[in-house]
Amino acid sequence: MGLYFKYMSLLLKSHLQYRGSFIMTVITQFIQPFALFAGIFLLFERFGSVGGWTMYEVFMCYAVVGASFAISTCFARGFDTFDNLIRNASFDRILVRPRGIILQVLGSGFDLKRIGHLLQTIVVLIIAILWGDIGWDMARVVMLINMLLGGSLIFSGVYMLQAAAAFWTIEALEVANIFTHGIKEHASYPLNIFPKWITVVFTFIIPFGTINYIPLQYLLGKIDGPGWLYAFIPLMGGLFIVPCVFVWKLGVGKYSSAGS
Amino acid sequence: MKPYISLLKVRYLNGLQYRAAALGGLATQFFWGMMLVFIYKAFYKDGTASNGFSYGDLVTFVWLQQAFLSLTYMYDWDSEMLNMIVSGNICYELTRPINLYQLWYVKLLSKRLARGTLRFAPVIILGFLMPPPYNLSLPASSTSFILFVLTLLMGVLLLVTISMLIYISVFKTMSPIGSVGIFSIIGEFFSGMTIPVPLMPLWLQKICYILPFRWAADFPFRVYSGNIGTHEAMAGIGVQAFWIALLFLTGSFMMKRISRLSVVQGG
Repeated sequence: MGLYFKYMSLLLKSHLQYRGSFIMTVITQFIQPFALFAGIFLLFERFGSVGGWTMYEVFMCYAVVGASFAISTCFARGFDTFDNLIRNASFDRILVRPRGIILQVLGSGFDLKRIGHLLQTIVVLIIAILWGDIGWDMARVVMLINMLLGGSLIFSGVYMLQAAAAFWTIEALEVANIFTHGIKEHASYPLNIFPKWITVVFTFIIPFGTINYIPLQYLLGKIDGPGWLYAFIPLMGGLFIVPCVFVWKLGVGKYSSAGS
Repeated sequence: MKPYISLLKVRYLNGLQYRAAALGGLATQFFWGMMLVFIYKAFYKDGTASNGFSYGDLVTFVWLQQAFLSLTYMYDWDSEMLNMIVSGNICYELTRPINLYQLWYVKLLSKRLARGTLRFAPVIILGFLMPPPYNLSLPASSTSFILFVLTLLMGVLLLVTISMLIYISVFKTMSPIGSVGIFSIIGEFFSGMTIPVPLMPLWLQKICYILPFRWAADFPFRVYSGNIGTHEAMAGIGVQAFWIALLFLTGSFMMKRISRLSVVQGG
């Protein structure tokens, strides 16, 4: 763990060498998601509600997904850009060091610039909490934290799968964007508005439903039930990362270097 | 004129080589389109005030937008050119005996055209094959189809003049991420790429109609579905031509000024 913090501080220092560019990127990251957000806002202005959900409820959904995405791109960026490590054979260097491989890949790409995006989603989250009508209690607070945790784990899992694919294809799979950026863009809406098969995919295969739709129904008081059970559903979804780590390890086992 | 045309041809053919990337893009675009038509379906079910822009119009809009994304998106990141500005390698470009503005214009244009050619057909076909009401419909009439093709191509010419202005701004800001990022968000929003212009509130629509951006995306797509009639479409081509001329001249002028003033650092 100490080593990871060392990596983080080194990368942070190197980013801060170009202070102007760093600040500019953070600002851009902050402003960029507002277009999507404004789009959602304007659609509610025009249509009123979607699938029985009000604007602030959808904001909640948006913020949870967006924040998870931002957190995981900040910490798991090394897996997002992993195909570079394979192509220039830097991965060989990682393999010969007597430290954990996953730790080193994580350490290769900590990206604090994503904080801009995170801040934007936090602003939205605060709006949703202040204007939304939520009966807060202990279970709901824990639930919200678990949603962010579970969400970050799922996104990181997808990044790991995308990275693992590079062991077989050498280059990054653009298709994986569907599950990272695609989900960030479209999972802001409650799952019940989609056809059945999409709901099934996003509940059981890539379990994003477990970090927004299912617990949010309880959090927003749409359904009753055992609160503490709902509070831990997002963590169950977060278990998605376990098979991802397994696939990743499988890939590492198969790896043969591309460089000389 | 001749060097530009041959450059356009070479670059275009070169761009056609990236077929694997196009395939990945295709899957993404199809998925995007599908999610969007589902989401809008739910909105249209809950509300009725769609302001003369029916769900059918919208579905057609979404599929065309996804199919022709390469021709209409604002966020045009050409790392080769951006690096040239920031690193100072631009001085090599300046030594060439052709106009820098027109050279880059042609580069950006050919890239867009090549990508567009590679990517549009599969998404269009998949769009047609979707079960109703999620499917892309045929153009309103043969006239609107011809006008659609015309306005779409004019739109690309216009969009590249906008991209050029963004690139020129990098000379001043020296931050490609900042310039390209922020300007393209604004442009994208006002061109109706985030949500279609007819679904915006009236005051925002007015702003969109004053700015040049919507003529590159919103306009041709609505000409296709007949949401914008043929007379209005023909008048619109005039407006497109006006914007192209204005922005092209502005860009050329600024490029000339800025390349005279710029100081190349280092040896």
